[in-house]
Amino acid sequence: MIGRLLLALAAAFALAFLLSPTSFAVLFQPLTRNGAPAIYTQASLLRLTLFHLGIVALAVLISTAVALALALFVTRPVGREFLPLARTITTIGQTFPPVAVLALAVPVMGFGTGPTLVALILYGLLPVFENALAALTGQPAKVAEAARGMGLTPAQRLWQVDLPLALPLLLAGMRLTAVISLGTATIGSTVAAKTLGEVIIAGLLSSNTAYVVQGGMIVGIIAVLIHAGFQHLERRAARATGQTD
Amino acid sequence: MIELRNLTRHYGEVTAVNDVSLTVQTGQIAVLVGTSGSGKTTLLRLINRLVQPSSGQVLIDGADTASLPVHHLRRRIGYAIQGDGLFPHRTVARNIATVPRLLGWPKSRIDARIDELLALFQLEPAAFRDRMPHQLSGGQAQRVGVARALAAKPDLLLMDEPFGALDSVIRAKAQSDLRDIQRQLGTTIILVTHDIQEAVQLGDRIAVMDRGRVLQYDSPAQILTQPATPFVRDLIGPTERAFRLLSLTGIGPITMPGEAHGTPIARDATLRDALAECLWSGRDALPVQGGGIVTLDALRANAAQDRQ
Ligand SMILES: Nc1ncnc2c1ncn2[C@@H]1O[C@H](COP(=O)(O)OP(=O)(O)OP(=O)(O)O)[C@@H](O)[C@H]1O
Ligand SMILES: [Mg+2]
Repeated sequence: MIGRLLLALAAAFALAFLLSPTSFAVLFQPLTRNGAPAIYTQASLLRLTLFHLGIVALAVLISTAVALALALFVTRPVGREFLPLARTITTIGQTFPPVAVLALAVPVMGFGTGPTLVALILYGLLPVFENALAALTGQPAKVAEAARGMGLTPAQRLWQVDLPLALPLLLAGMRLTAVISLGTATIGSTVAAKTLGEVIIAGLLSSNTAYVVQGGMIVGIIAVLIHAGFQHLERRAARATGQTD
Repeated sequence: MIELRNLTRHYGEVTAVNDVSLTVQTGQIAVLVGTSGSGKTTLLRLINRLVQPSSGQVLIDGADTASLPVHHLRRRIGYAIQGDGLFPHRTVARNIATVPRLLGWPKSRIDARIDELLALFQLEPAAFRDRMPHQLSGGQAQRVGVARALAAKPDLLLMDEPFGALDSVIRAKAQSDLRDIQRQLGTTIILVTHDIQEAVQLGDRIAVMDRGRVLQYDSPAQILTQPATPFVRDLIGPTERAFRLLSLTGIGPITMPGEAHGTPIARDATLRDALAECLWSGRDALPVQGGGIVTLDALRANAAQDRQ
């Protein structure tokens, strides 16, 4: 209950700040020096936030699609032998630093959103893949046996049994990926992607702590909200699939 | 009619089913009994091809099942698995509707069938239709599992210990219901049980399994009076044998004209019921509802006949 109240307050605060940043100037004034501006005004914070969210949403969707497809493939009889390979790919995606991905992608794709998207997608594969794998392989043997015994085809088993039962864990994987990507997306601004990283970098370049804090604050609040939103969905999915603990 | 011909299945070193041949006539109930690990479940799963045989054939009405697409075959064969195997993410009604939906029945027919089956298994449709499996007791889930297996009116029903989790009252009811359903629809049933009494009461034929082999496949009376091997004799329990035999026969044949005192016994009672009543009430003869009597002497004479 208290948790919900805090979330609602955080959401209201973030929204008010984004709609009218200058109204909150007094809050950030103490963080500035030599009369520097307290609020970033070179670009609309709301617009930057929406771009930031858009890139993250797209990256999460693509990571999920790729990771889920991989997990499905390696849990079918034809793909079983590719499991170690898929594990290696997703693990490398996670361990290879996103900054290095940017550096490698810019010469190929040019400046802008593209390299950032690639970095985020690679970085986000692992959580979804591992969770989808756990969900698909951890299903009760009796349920799979019943589904086969009643004459569901492999495709019907996939859509009607495997995927619905995997949904809660899949959502948990997406939650991790979304939260990680939200923070990581800020570095996209170093290669001219429009994200909230722009505010933080501007703060670093001009030694204006107020910018750094407001950029970080927005990202932080949104991450907490998205985390809570996914958890809510996971609980609902778990209840709907009779997997309440 | 279903015929198993020289069915064998190996798992590495283990031969789970070893050269099993037997025939179940249409409309009969064949019961598989045997110790744990003797291959009963594997034999059932060979029939609906959840397990591929290492060698041997399964013929349904003369057709080799290996020649049919497996999912078509399985939709025609009801399968109530050991435990219940209900889909945890679907309501009771949706679980029962699984095969009818696969077969494309119209919704109204499916809904009617769901309510019919729930009522048949003593589950108030209005209260149970929309429940999730985790909201059921073990016994209720098991009954829903059997209802689901029966939903599309299969010609052949495979049941793996379907009544294991039921208390004795509901169990007896479920058994007699199964008998009724089976007589009504003419369904052929192959049922696995650990309970010899259940096998004797339900089975037209009993197959006794041990380490993958069928040691004897006979009518309950034959199995009880002429066990083929010491293993079969031990499994049916020699001390219980007399009572099991008595429970196989109704009192009809030994009812004779005459007069007796006390509470009458039902016309469709078994010899075992009659003996129990004689012993309990200390009488030598019981009146039968609708006329006639059953005497302790007649019961004894009947048992002597079975011994030969
Ligand atoms: N998939 C499998 N892989 C390896 N061995 C198996 C497999 N399935 C069954 N077995 C073995 O085959 C034998 C028969 O098993 P089965 O499940 O048919 O026994 P059962 O008669 O149904 O026993 P229970 O009464 O305990 O259910 C056992 O020794 C078992 O360990
Ligand atoms: Mg078994």
